[in-house]
Amino acid sequence: MLDIPIIRWGEPYESLEVDTVVHFATGEPLARVSQANTGLLARDIRKAPWARSKLLEVPCDELAARLKAAADLYLNATLPLGSGRQSPDDFARQQSATTGLPEHLCRANMQKNHLVLSRMDAILDALTRGLDLRILTRGYGVESRGVTVSYQAQADALGMVLPSNSPGVHTLWLPVIPLQVALVLKPGPQEPWTPYRMAAAFAEAGIPREAISIYPGGAEMGAQVVGACDRCLIFGGTATVERYRGNPRIQVHGPGFSKVLLGDDVVDDWERYVDLMATSVAANSGRGCINCSGIWASRHTREISEALAAKIGPVEPRPPEDPSSQLAAFTVPGAAQGIWRQICAGLEEPGVEHATARYGPRLVAKERCAYLRPTIVHCDSPSKALANTEYMFPFASVVRCPQAEMLDRIGSTLVATAITDDGTFQRRLVAARHIDRLNLGAIPTVQLDWFQPHEGSIVDLLFRARAFQAPEEKLAG
Amino acid sequence: MLEVVRWHFDPETGCPFWLEQASRLGWGPREEVRGFDDLKRFPPFEDEWLRGGPVRRWVPRAYRDDPVYVFETGGTTGVPKSRISIHDFRTDYELFSDTLPEEHFPRGASWLMLGPSGPRRLRLAVEHLCQHRGGICFSVDLDPRWVIKLIKKGWMDQLEAYKAHVIEQAVALLEGGHKVRCMFTTPKLLEALALALEARGSSIRRAGITGIFSGGTEFTPQWTRFATEELLDGATMTPTYGNTLMGLAASRAVTAEDGYTIAYYAPQPRAVIEVVDFDDPSKVVPYGQSGRVRLTTLTKEFFVPGFLERDEGEREPPCELYPWDGISGVRPFREISASTTVGVY
Repeated sequence: MLDIPIIRWGEPYESLEVDTVVHFATGEPLARVSQANTGLLARDIRKAPWARSKLLEVPCDELAARLKAAADLYLNATLPLGSGRQSPDDFARQQSATTGLPEHLCRANMQKNHLVLSRMDAILDALTRGLDLRILTRGYGVESRGVTVSYQAQADALGMVLPSNSPGVHTLWLPVIPLQVALVLKPGPQEPWTPYRMAAAFAEAGIPREAISIYPGGAEMGAQVVGACDRCLIFGGTATVERYRGNPRIQVHGPGFSKVLLGDDVVDDWERYVDLMATSVAANSGRGCINCSGIWASRHTREISEALAAKIGPVEPRPPEDPSSQLAAFTVPGAAQGIWRQICAGLEEPGVEHATARYGPRLVAKERCAYLRPTIVHCDSPSKALANTEYMFPFASVVRCPQAEMLDRIGSTLVATAITDDGTFQRRLVAARHIDRLNLGAIPTVQLDWFQPHEGSIVDLLFRARAFQAPEEKLAG
Repeated sequence: MLEVVRWHFDPETGCPFWLEQASRLGWGPREEVRGFDDLKRFPPFEDEWLRGGPVRRWVPRAYRDDPVYVFETGGTTGVPKSRISIHDFRTDYELFSDTLPEEHFPRGASWLMLGPSGPRRLRLAVEHLCQHRGGICFSVDLDPRWVIKLIKKGWMDQLEAYKAHVIEQAVALLEGGHKVRCMFTTPKLLEALALALEARGSSIRRAGITGIFSGGTEFTPQWTRFATEELLDGATMTPTYGNTLMGLAASRAVTAEDGYTIAYYAPQPRAVIEVVDFDDPSKVVPYGQSGRVRLTTLTKEFFVPGFLERDEGEREPPCELYPWDGISGVRPFREISASTTVGVY
């Protein structure tokens, strides 16, 4: 069995406390992961300026080039991991075994991370709007258009409290290293694999090891990361989002409540969009915040729910190694049962119908885990409890709502795919501040454009644009 | 033990609470308790009995004219649990004093009590320990009830500010020329103090501290190793396990070779710790096995037969210094750990 240490600015540290991560289906122990006590970070964070200084010794474009090399290592190489080594196949199997995600989806997520790493120069160019990255290193400079600019790093290290459920989120922090900011990572308890593999690939590609720390641990360790780091990116539920809302130190990624909105001008052609809706609901086993959890239209909603139910309702759990497996297991005991109880309570409400009922039971309990099969409900108005709900599996409510009321009723929406050619509606959509990413047209909610910010720009989180003046000869650099 | 049981159930010496309980038992503890196992005949001690008054019902008749202290536990919300004490806290800490190595806890040294005082036993007990060893004790208070409220409300900025306020006072005392050598503190505060001193170019040891007495269920082997390797700078630290009901359980020597295992031994015969089966508290688990802590306190001031604590751990065999059962790996009892806020101060 693998022993995975804490990483303290590149140095492994074996804790006397370990958490054994096990295969969700068999209970087979896979790794003993050292657990950090909070004091380790309390001491180590004082060395964050030193960790960042190691990155500042390497130009941003060179770091981005090294990430391209890291991309291939991450995807293809056998890399050191704690007391052993890990091939790409090992990685996919291990990640699947502890998160419940099918192996082929784990491999797909590897491809996503690879893509982001290998396109890092272009992504940075997009995220910084073409800024000469040497200006970030120096703190000031003159843009090509002749304007003096200054960007001040707001943290020597970015703290990250990572989730266990969605391997896709790792793409968010990959640009941090070439921005010359160190990383403090607290992995999700069931998903230690990506941070460690990424750190190993980075090190092999020549990224200074001193720039990365990894502290596995419990909730108190997450709180310590949030408290210790000047800038943090964290993942959590609605309560976490509310707690940190408006805190400029912290970018919170919570439930997405992403939606597909059908305008009155296109809704009569709803059948054209069933595949798009199904993909948006069910891709990546419905685990992401960009998965669609609501489909809103003024009419035909019952037919839409039935068509969607027919398309994804029959999907059944399959073994994680099966390439056709589409569903992730719930590996935390009782989690799936709890969610299903909530849904059943919501289905009791008049005006709410279970469209997937005819395709068999949704809750499939196994010996050591459970699955929830895709579930589509129909709500005859936005006031129903299930009309704006998100769960970590392919679940969506098809909600009947007049177009005129739609934007007032959808609530906070991470991704809205709005299918409409109605200019007035489009202008209202563009202006709606509770929609983060707007897809104007038939684009699945799960389709990402890596050259655009996701739920806030990482560059804006890490750097502050400020006024800066100096004699002209000092600005040249 | 028999003397203590007879004392508590003798109308001339016992307290109203136990005398009233005896009338409902249907059997006579004074006559029928002949050994430790007979204490199992008592119904499980419920700590809820300690909540609310009148507190006088716990004062043994024999001590009715003595000055009585009341110490509280819990109390973040609602009525706290309370326990009376006359001499016990002094006796417990004098016995504990005998376990402290002179080299690190020199007699006559000044002490710093950095932790919860207020209605808790700690302030008086630590001060007595210090005085018993010929020293003078300085105090910096921390209100754990407020800390728990801050955590529950998520007011982490205020929590940090309060911690900084406490630590500033401690640093001022250590730098005040009082030649403080010994200290009681909690793991969290020790960590914060060490970091604050380090930020000032000092350290626990360089500030003059040679011996630290500490306690709490967050006292894990990993934390002890971390403190030893990275915080103490050569000062020594002795972990303890204690509470208002029991007194103070000292630990056997904690060493790197033993994986920083912390094994506590109750101050028998004044108190007895047993590690019992989670499902059947009448059964003591085999050595090395996990179980819940069952506490029996047997002093003339306070009698607690078979109280199931809110902690669990592994049963440890006797050692040379303490030839009776001990417990290691103490942590909150698994069935209540999710709803308990621990390690906050």
